[in-house]
Amino acid sequence: MADTTVKKHREPLLHIAKRDDMVWWKACLIRLSAILLALLLVGIISSLLTGEGFGGVYSIMLRGAFGRIFQGKTSLLWRFFQQTAILLCLSLAVTPAFKMRFWNCGAEGQALIGGLAAMVCMMKLGGKMPEWLLIVVIVVFSCLAGAVWGVIPALFKAHYKTNETLFTLMMNYVATQIVAYYVYLTGKGSGIIQPVSTGNLPVIAGLPYLLNILIVCVLMVVLFVYLKYSKHGYEIAVVGESQNTARYIGIRVKKVIIRTMLLSGALCGVAGLLLVAGTDHSINTNTVGGQGFTAIMVSWLGHFNPFVMALISGLVVFLRSGAGKVADSFFLNGSFADIVSGVVILFLVGCEFFIRYSVKIRRGKKGGNA
Amino acid sequence: MITAFISSAIPLGVPLLYGSTGEIVTEKSGHLNLGIPGIMYVGGIGGVIGAFLYELACGNDIANMNPALAILIPLLCSIGGAILMGLLYSFLTVTLRVNQNVTGLALTTFGIGLGNFFGGSLIKLVDSDMPSIVLTKTSSFFRASLPFADDLGWFGEIFLSHDFLTYLSIVVALVVSFVLNRTRVGLNLRAVGENPATADAAGIHVTRYKYVATCLGSAIAGLGGLQYVMAYANGVWSNDAFGDRGWMAIALVIFALWKPTMAIFGSFLFGALCNANNYINGLGDATQELFKMLPYVVTIIVLVITSMRKKREHQPPQGLGLPYFREER
Repeated sequence: MADTTVKKHREPLLHIAKRDDMVWWKACLIRLSAILLALLLVGIISSLLTGEGFGGVYSIMLRGAFGRIFQGKTSLLWRFFQQTAILLCLSLAVTPAFKMRFWNCGAEGQALIGGLAAMVCMMKLGGKMPEWLLIVVIVVFSCLAGAVWGVIPALFKAHYKTNETLFTLMMNYVATQIVAYYVYLTGKGSGIIQPVSTGNLPVIAGLPYLLNILIVCVLMVVLFVYLKYSKHGYEIAVVGESQNTARYIGIRVKKVIIRTMLLSGALCGVAGLLLVAGTDHSINTNTVGGQGFTAIMVSWLGHFNPFVMALISGLVVFLRSGAGKVADSFFLNGSFADIVSGVVILFLVGCEFFIRYSVKIRRGKKGGNA
Repeated sequence: MITAFISSAIPLGVPLLYGSTGEIVTEKSGHLNLGIPGIMYVGGIGGVIGAFLYELACGNDIANMNPALAILIPLLCSIGGAILMGLLYSFLTVTLRVNQNVTGLALTTFGIGLGNFFGGSLIKLVDSDMPSIVLTKTSSFFRASLPFADDLGWFGEIFLSHDFLTYLSIVVALVVSFVLNRTRVGLNLRAVGENPATADAAGIHVTRYKYVATCLGSAIAGLGGLQYVMAYANGVWSNDAFGDRGWMAIALVIFALWKPTMAIFGSFLFGALCNANNYINGLGDATQELFKMLPYVVTIIVLVITSMRKKREHQPPQGLGLPYFREER
């Protein structure tokens, strides 16, 4: 478009300008209203599809996610915490990489390989050594496997600037096929590995998954401190902002990229370990179930702050199980849950615009009539 | 057997070709659309819904169906659905400047959800015993191939026995290649993808190019979903059957070095790689699974080699993945 002087210049109706930092409560208000708007939209869609009233839809969603809390049945609530913990663990894992502007889209594969390492240890070494030693071996190997899977793209990124988004994406499918290979190999053609009883993470206080949740809580705090207060965290932030600045102040960028991806991959390995040794005691190609991708959105929406990420993981899990329940009760297809969480996430990423930019309506001389 | 192998690799490659041609158009405008897998699902289910309604309107009698309408209605529904998804993506990433990776991944979740939801609902609606919708009648129109193909032996089987969407995919790729490399519009589009600020300074309407390229790319990718359901799968939609072909299409873009003509060969090579496990004798189930990772491994190798050689014409568009805000320095 050549808006030269010959043509009559037309002013755009809306003027977009970058904002300075917004007051935190205003930003929170915008995000909250985005969530509420999205939930309203979800409610409207659900009532249209099911014929149930608004209140009914929401109460079913609540029940689907938390169960009947007030009647003392906590098992659903417990599952909610477990699922939130796993999603949070994956989100924590990708966060250091993201903060460095390294698009680790391979959490799925890194977790799967970590889980596979745990599974192999459980099956091959189970019964051949004391249980505590086995668990130590499992932890070491899953972290190692995840780290290796994460560091391969990082090495190429650091040395040759290979596009990491695409590289890590491809690594997911390589990991999936390796797991499929292993499952067929050990499952003797049935395509299923029966749950293994050795090398399972211990159950604390009779509550299954409690250890998973505790581990993730500890990781959350540690990662917050690591990113915010440690020298490594500072280096990550600088490399993310500008690699040239980092080089100028004497940070060895290659080393930081490789080190951070080792950490990111190892944390994904932990998520795989929690899924295999702590939850399923078995593995299949769908063990991580796309949560590696959801984690990327959670990490982004949480602005790399582990505590905010915990809240968002909770929201996503709530929507998924709640919408699942709505779908169940009204005989809708289970993918309804994907649509609902998709809508809410799209609203949430969209509202960031209004936090970072301000939109002014021009009331110019020539007919700014909005 | 070699004839059968090549001939069966081609329809497998066509959805990939559509997907990657669409993605190339989008990436040339500087947008890495990771929503392509979701968009291809939407394209597929759009076609299914269109065909389903038309078959219903004709009273399920093939004699009542008009071949032109039977093809046009699903085609338009498919393209329409895909364009809507493309609009959503470009509104978020171009106008609202949301991170492209996050939007793309969310769109993929959303699109696959949409596909499976409508697919599942239609399956429930027809109350069939199988978990799938069968649209054989519409499919028969889509699958119509040249009548004399069978008489020409191996030549006919490899080159002439396919459905029209297969040939269309090659035509589309060639046209895109021509437009990108030989026309002013293509030059402008490439300029937008390389450096939007420079393009803007040169008087190119950056926002318009980005929107049009993304929506057009989505429409092309959506046809891949349609071809899969109507021609490759004989008009049978079952949930999740499309699988991870969308991701493979994105891989193919790298493999093809952002050149649609390369994507033509690449897609058929990928089709052959996907299919190789069925044609090598004596593979166990387990080894077959290992063979299925071939396309991805090949892509990784290409990605690494091109980044090591650093040839200028083999690099991704420089502005790929970066949002553009005019008032930012």
